[in-house]
Amino acid sequence: MKENEILINRANELRWELGETLHDSLLESIYKDAAEISKKTVKSFGDKESYAFDIKLDKILTSKLYGFPIMFILLAFVFWITIVGANVPSAFIASILLDTVHPWLKSLSYSIGLPFFIDGVLLDGAYLSMAWVIAVMLPPMAIFFPMYTLLEDFGYLPRVSFNMDSLFRKAGAHGKQALTMAMGFGCNAAGVVAARVIDSPRERLLAIITNNFSLCNGRWPTQILIASIFIGSLAPPYLAGLASAAAVVSVALLGIILSLVVSYSLSKTALKGEASAYSLELPPYRPPRIMQTLYTSLIDRTIFVLWRAIVFAVPAGIVIWLVANITIEGSSLAQIFIEWSNPFGLLIGLNGVILLAYIIAIPANEIVIPTVLMLTVLSAGLTGVGEGSGVIFELSSIQDTAIILHAGGWTALTGICLMLFSLLHNPCSTTIYTIYKETRSIKWTVFSTVMPLIMGIVVCFFVAQIWHIIS
Amino acid sequence: MNELNNCENCPVHNINNLVKLGINMDKFDYVVALAGNPNTGKSTIFNNLTGLRQHTGNWPGKTVARAEGGFSYANKNFKIVDLPGTYSLLSTSTDEDIARNFILFGKPDVTVIVVDSTRLERNLNLVLQILEITDRAVLVLNLMDELKRNKMEIDVRALSKELGIPVIPTEARQKKGMDEVLRYIDEVANGSFVCAPRRIKSISSKVDFAINDLTIKLQEQFPKLPNKRWVAMRLLEGDQSMIDAVNSGEIGNLEITSNVMERSLQ
Repeated sequence: MKENEILINRANELRWELGETLHDSLLESIYKDAAEISKKTVKSFGDKESYAFDIKLDKILTSKLYGFPIMFILLAFVFWITIVGANVPSAFIASILLDTVHPWLKSLSYSIGLPFFIDGVLLDGAYLSMAWVIAVMLPPMAIFFPMYTLLEDFGYLPRVSFNMDSLFRKAGAHGKQALTMAMGFGCNAAGVVAARVIDSPRERLLAIITNNFSLCNGRWPTQILIASIFIGSLAPPYLAGLASAAAVVSVALLGIILSLVVSYSLSKTALKGEASAYSLELPPYRPPRIMQTLYTSLIDRTIFVLWRAIVFAVPAGIVIWLVANITIEGSSLAQIFIEWSNPFGLLIGLNGVILLAYIIAIPANEIVIPTVLMLTVLSAGLTGVGEGSGVIFELSSIQDTAIILHAGGWTALTGICLMLFSLLHNPCSTTIYTIYKETRSIKWTVFSTVMPLIMGIVVCFFVAQIWHIIS
Repeated sequence: MNELNNCENCPVHNINNLVKLGINMDKFDYVVALAGNPNTGKSTIFNNLTGLRQHTGNWPGKTVARAEGGFSYANKNFKIVDLPGTYSLLSTSTDEDIARNFILFGKPDVTVIVVDSTRLERNLNLVLQILEITDRAVLVLNLMDELKRNKMEIDVRALSKELGIPVIPTEARQKKGMDEVLRYIDEVANGSFVCAPRRIKSISSKVDFAINDLTIKLQEQFPKLPNKRWVAMRLLEGDQSMIDAVNSGEIGNLEITSNVMERSLQ
């Protein structure tokens, strides 16, 4: 050990003698060598036309004037295609899994004489929730992810980051937070992990805490479905798709704005500090590889996310069936909770059903809508729809879903508040665990979990009160 | 026609020799590191070789931690490590630490440096720094299609001579040039191709003296330490993590120094 110290002392001595310039002169000689080698080996023929196209495109896509409008239009276009395109295949898958396979399984279970509760837990709980998740999530994901991946492959994401950079810096956050935010639009847990690209612990924490404000793919289907039912119907039929897409984009934008606002407030209070500088390289535009993109986005993203949803939907389906069928003094556990929490739910523009659904759906945002539908039927006491008590069912069209929700006492306000609450509530359990793994701090994990929930309750409360005053 | 067939049948040229092992690599003969500037196609090459599907995307900084995979070529098993992209090894950010520490202490048998051929000069800064810490390297000139699109040309032979390592032009997105990459990885790993890497030209005799002085002392203290010259330079620059590693003696023990790597991952 002693000798090590002698060595370090010698190094310090030599460093003292050399002065502070070693780092600079080392870099200088590296740069000189690199320039010399490249001069010897690189030939450029033709005039300086290289990157002319890229430069022209960048001037438009990252322009102060057009950058943001183009971003929003692209985003809206992607959602519009998703909303319009997903409806038909969704109904098709539902008709197979729910109208054909489910009755067949039921009759099979009847013929082999399965006891009522096993039949209920397995077929009406686990199977139906899984089938619902596939029917509702697969089509939008199979459309949305390839388009998103094509934009990524083309090189558009760094331009988004470039456009957003000054905003994030003004909020006291790192410019790369724009990239982790973009990742969060796919999956918040992935976005939280991606925050590793940010070196400063303060700025990394900001990126992690605010990642939940990026709507993740578990929440897109909720947004899209509710927007189609409640916003689309406010507009004339030929504009319905467009109006729904605009509503979804607005919620996504609100998320971006809130992530800036929260970053700003934190960097002025608990996480004080200056934004650190960094250089962002804008890569050249590359023609997207269509087939490969389709393949990888299908395998990496669509199937991966779908599998995760199924894994969480199966136990959740069982839980739903159980809370709907275990009764105390004549009413089920679900009914008891819904009636108890309904006044509070209504105060913030939601209802007891939605609150219970969000508790059951903590493991995965994907299963919020199926849970909501099942519980609505249960609490509204609708008969002749679906399969009866505690059964998740699929409605083969959006119109059917709308009928159920309207019967459950839903209004446009409920729809708007649900969209807002879907943006502003606690992250899913996977994300919470990831936040803990990345920060190693219980304090910040709890903060990241509770803060958006409180914001959601406050925002929904004000929206509901203002709505009541106006109407 | 005949010539073409011969070429395809020749074992070294035949990409069919490649067996993609995914993450199955219980036993491996060689370790290969993939380094380079961000967004040059490291993950694409990684996927081409291992058959894994690390997510690739056209933006810098996508790979935040190391990814590992395996492949088998010419009857040998290779473990390949995809390092985060870096512009330099001289600063102290997390991703650069991971890359630097792996090349330094992970002792890869071959370091494959992937560069964007349309931005050769800037990429060479990193190449020269890597050649400073390892003797066994292969340069992959990726994105050759874009180079052509931009009406530029690189003299591959001259570049290879200047750097003293094999240089292979590729278009990884189109899977072009992979067989050559495999061949040179194998040749450098098994020692049949001996690299004579270019070292940074000495800055001044005073600096040279200081580096040599420390290198000799490091040699006495830690005979097993690879890349003593590089460690000496880092000490002269006052790199605190390197000073700590020497002070605690960690640097002498390669098994313990892997902790440095794990720590920098967190």
